Amino acid sequence: MELTAREMWAVIHGMVLGSLFLLAYAGGLAELINLGSEWATETGIAKRVRRLIMGTWVMAVVAWLTVITGTWIVYPWYRATPPAGADLHMYPKGLLVSKVTTAGWHNFGMEWKEHVAWLAPILATAVAYMVTRYGARLAKDKQLHSAVIVLFSVAFFAAAVAGLFGAFINKAAPIH
Amino acid sequence: MMNQQSESNGPIVAAMLAAGIGSFVLGLMICLAEGSKAIGSMLNFYGPVGPLSGKTIVAIVAWLVAWAVLASKWKDKSADFAKIYNVTIILLILGLLGSFPLFFDLF
Repeated sequence: MELTAREMWAVIHGMVLGSLFLLAYAGGLAELINLGSEWATETGIAKRVRRLIMGTWVMAVVAWLTVITGTWIVYPWYRATPPAGADLHMYPKGLLVSKVTTAGWHNFGMEWKEHVAWLAPILATAVAYMVTRYGARLAKDKQLHSAVIVLFSVAFFAAAVAGLFGAFINKAAPIH
Repeated sequence: MMNQQSESNGPIVAAMLAAGIGSFVLGLMICLAEGSKAIGSMLNFYGPVGPLSGKTIVAIVAWLVAWAVLASKWKDKSADFAKIYNVTIILLILGLLGSFPLFFDLF
């Protein structure tokens, strides 16, 4: 039951941080939607806002850690150019593009994932700031409330695309 | 677009619009790097990461600078929220489009 350092970083990036972000979104969205509920009391809103502020900042920090570890630690191992005659299983990008049947995982999947993922921390940070700054007023301002939900959902979409393709690519050509 | 109000929404719209600008700049950098080898090389800030290093650093810097400038400009003011929200959504859509391979491969 061993993992190499590279495999461990891939796990931290995708399974720990990435999954945490995607899971936290469901809870955050439920809190956000319920915040605007007509049945919510002042006390209920205050409690919800406290949880929301904490949750959105956790999401923002996790999103940053996910893209930073992904881009600056794991990605260089993924895209390293294999020397002539090298075992391609140690070079995931090289392995994927070596066959027509798997090249799409890199040319479409990885190319989309590596770029779109960076929208998630930018948007998650903006949402966390907006929630912190406006607090309970979010419950009354319908326009702002729905804007925050939209930005939050686009952040989720970006992270979900990255997470989904990350899982598939890691299946087709894992980091060793 | 801006006016003085007791409870200003300036800082909120500044954060929202800056996120849109950051997303747009990311999409723009991706398309520029794809369309020009020279720009792609210029954005290669760190060899092992390749041009992705420059694309993301430029986008993050643009986002933070835009946020700082807008926040200081709109500190105690209120904005037309709907108008700035619509601009943000357009910038976001362009950012998403710019990061989509079937689109940026056209360049």
